[in-house]
Amino acid sequence: MTMLDSAFKFVMATPLLLALVKILIIFGVLSGIVAYLVYMERKVLAFMQARLGPMRVGPWGLLQPVADGLKLLLKEDIIPAGADEWLFLLAPAISVFAAFTVFAVIPFAGNFYVTDINIGLLFILAISSLGIYGIILGGWSSNSHYPLLGALRSSAQLVSYEVAGGMALVGVLLLANSLSMVDIVDRQSSAGVWYVFLQPVGFLIYVIAAVAETNRNPFDLPEAESELTAGFHTEYSGFRFALYFMAEYTNMVVVSCIAVTLFLGGWLRPFASVQALDFLKFAPILALLGAGIFILWLGLKSLVKLERYFFVFLAAGCVVLAALVAFPPVLNAIQGIFWFGAKVVVFLYAFIWYRATFPRYRYDQLMNIGWRVMIPLALANLIATAVLRYFWLAHHAAAAVALIGR
Amino acid sequence: MPETTFLDANELVINMGPQHPATHGVLRVKLKLDGERVLGTECIIGYLHRGVEKIAENRTYAQFTPYVDRMDYVAAVTNGMGYVEAVEKLLGVEIPPRAQYTRMILAELQRIASHLLWLGTHALDIGAMTPVFYTFREREEVLKIFEEYCGARLTTHAFRIGGLQYDLYDGFERDVSKFCDYFLPKVDEYEQLLTKNRIWINRTRKIGVITAEEAIALSVTGPVLRGSGVKWDIRKAQPYEAYDKVEFDVPVGEHGDTYDRYVVRMAEMRQSVRIVRQCVERIAPGPIFGKVGKVLKPPAGEVYHSIEAPKGELGYYLVSDGTVNPYRVRVRPPSLINLQALDVMSRDHLVADIVAIIGTLDIVLGEVDR
Amino acid sequence: MPSLNVAKEQLVAVCQFLKSPEGGAYAMLTDETAADYPKREKRFDIIYHLYSFQGNNRLRLRVQASANEKIPSVTGVWPGANWLEREIFDMFGVVYEGHPDMKRLLLPEEWVGHPLRKDYDILRQDEAWVKTNLGIESGQ
Repeated sequence: MTMLDSAFKFVMATPLLLALVKILIIFGVLSGIVAYLVYMERKVLAFMQARLGPMRVGPWGLLQPVADGLKLLLKEDIIPAGADEWLFLLAPAISVFAAFTVFAVIPFAGNFYVTDINIGLLFILAISSLGIYGIILGGWSSNSHYPLLGALRSSAQLVSYEVAGGMALVGVLLLANSLSMVDIVDRQSSAGVWYVFLQPVGFLIYVIAAVAETNRNPFDLPEAESELTAGFHTEYSGFRFALYFMAEYTNMVVVSCIAVTLFLGGWLRPFASVQALDFLKFAPILALLGAGIFILWLGLKSLVKLERYFFVFLAAGCVVLAALVAFPPVLNAIQGIFWFGAKVVVFLYAFIWYRATFPRYRYDQLMNIGWRVMIPLALANLIATAVLRYFWLAHHAAAAVALIGR
Repeated sequence: MPETTFLDANELVINMGPQHPATHGVLRVKLKLDGERVLGTECIIGYLHRGVEKIAENRTYAQFTPYVDRMDYVAAVTNGMGYVEAVEKLLGVEIPPRAQYTRMILAELQRIASHLLWLGTHALDIGAMTPVFYTFREREEVLKIFEEYCGARLTTHAFRIGGLQYDLYDGFERDVSKFCDYFLPKVDEYEQLLTKNRIWINRTRKIGVITAEEAIALSVTGPVLRGSGVKWDIRKAQPYEAYDKVEFDVPVGEHGDTYDRYVVRMAEMRQSVRIVRQCVERIAPGPIFGKVGKVLKPPAGEVYHSIEAPKGELGYYLVSDGTVNPYRVRVRPPSLINLQALDVMSRDHLVADIVAIIGTLDIVLGEVDR
Repeated sequence: MPSLNVAKEQLVAVCQFLKSPEGGAYAMLTDETAADYPKREKRFDIIYHLYSFQGNNRLRLRVQASANEKIPSVTGVWPGANWLEREIFDMFGVVYEGHPDMKRLLLPEEWVGHPLRKDYDILRQDEAWVKTNLGIESGQ
């Protein structure tokens, strides 16, 4: 026990080691989340489309991500004869690296982040732009027509939407007076208002740009399967394809995290400044209990005996966890991560929802929206924010907050 | 080989298909591209050629009936109907009204099923993923009725030369009326997803425009022709079976673009429901088979008979030499002839539009290649 | 359906007349096909089915041709005849004069033989083509 204790103290005292541990935790958890995000997408899409989705691998297809991962790992890794081999091998890695690196500066809770650098937002913009190289190089090095077209589309699309999205973020930056992600959340906490209410236009622009940057429907042109078969990753197979796949879904999580941090108050619970809503801190318990009941209901409906046992077991686990969370210290500790996670899940759900609803834009229409609507709007929003912030808003927002706060 | 410099834009030739998710089968289109702009298209077809017309010459009239189902395999009932009617015309046989109404009901249901398949895949091509699952759900109901009636879902062989082989099963009318009641609100549901969707309108308006003159010159028929504003439907112009006894409208478009064709086909599904309901009302007990001999030996002569298939004018040209085998069977496939308009329609469009245009032409490769 | 026999020399002129309003406004070439009668001196019948939207009636034209005769193409009158004539060339070996793109439509371009001729047995195939392109002994 003492050894564990001293090891713990040593880790806490060595910043580098502490960061490493955090990175490992985040990377491990995130990989799992990304895998199950795919599962969630398939399930949600299926329910929206009058079908069941994965049901075969494990109860309710819960092991599907594992099976998919194993399948992709065991597939042959094909390199096309005319490909630029080094770039072809490198490209998917760039995509994944860029996607995961961003998490370094994202505060999952008030006290849980790898690092808080004072240029956090710039870092995110820089690194996520690097991810585009993965797509362009992958499409180009395949030396094939469809990937090339996909890469061309994505380079144009990502670059133009990066501009609009970036400008939308600058609006927040002006309000927060800081580039550090932690500071931005703290400012929202002290202002008593999420920036989405002060920057509604900016939020909208960022969400649209985020969908475009992650190549998701209705902006999924780089991989539009009905036009370009699979776009930039047509020639990829096996694990390298899995890397691209992972990068795409990680990017979804990334942009959701950024949107939540910048516009939706990060780890803050809704209306954090309203004392009357303090009972909301019991939400994690309720959520776990609710999940338990839902799982139990599913289990009781199931016709397979083994599956029924499994679900009852799972439901019991949820209840035990709920009991654990009910301890005040634990409850307080997980507040931040719970609200952050909940908001991110809502965002991810919206991504899936778009995919089930919208047709796909055409390339030139996409560019039109980007350059003729989004960028001017973002620019106008930026200027308006700057002007208002200078003359008027700072004063009145404070007054308004004081009013609501009471 | 012309000399090119670094700054010269090169033409890119892309082979779309025969294995491509959006070509609806084994269509191969060679695209000449300048960036994303299409400079020209060339269809290379025949991958599914089975020599149906040659087979016909080596079969008897009755033996050939199941083969026609394999041409437009998503609208087998109408294919079969065209063929048996052509042979009946050659034989000079009248078929009893009960058989006529049964044929009309099944043919209109088939039109609905075919249009549903078109709608789902067309929307999928344009990137809307969900409609295809909804349309297949409703198509399933139609196929269930077919299965109950004749035992097959896809290649039905539903009719016989001279009438029907099976009388209607008990509860057929009830099933069909139930389907009609169930189906109409579903059409509204699809329209909710698409008709006023901005992206859908952007992707289909002014895309693949073909004027009425161009369409007629290229012999285009069916919803594609009606989308260009030509109010011409063989069911109205030269009625067969009992189409002159039922009321229905012929929906037409205005601009001849992809959106108009979409609107026309949606309206056609509603009209089909209308026809089916009238037929169910009028169908009365009676004989189901006309006066046809055991051995079909039509007198020497020739006949051309065409019907309004879901995809356009489906014509059969039969030549008889007085024996049990047809001397020549020619099928006028609406898909093949409509596909010919692809080049005109895709001029100055982008790659993404080609996909939309192939979808809006509603081709079936089994019929294009025969 | 009324049927007209036309000499091939007059074909294009007749078609142009039929398409004009005085000739009945047969604006659409519904179908063009052929039939093979190998025992006749002029073995091929080329059959045109026309439709007039104004009169709502159909008309059949028939042109007879021997195996080595060229038929004038009607693509100039009805552009829709393009693929139909290619298919007839493919299946019967009837060559058209003045056709913009005279090549096979359905069968591979190097295929030898015209399957819908009566002397082409149903089991026959271009074995050389099958061997070189599919790498198998027989396509049957």
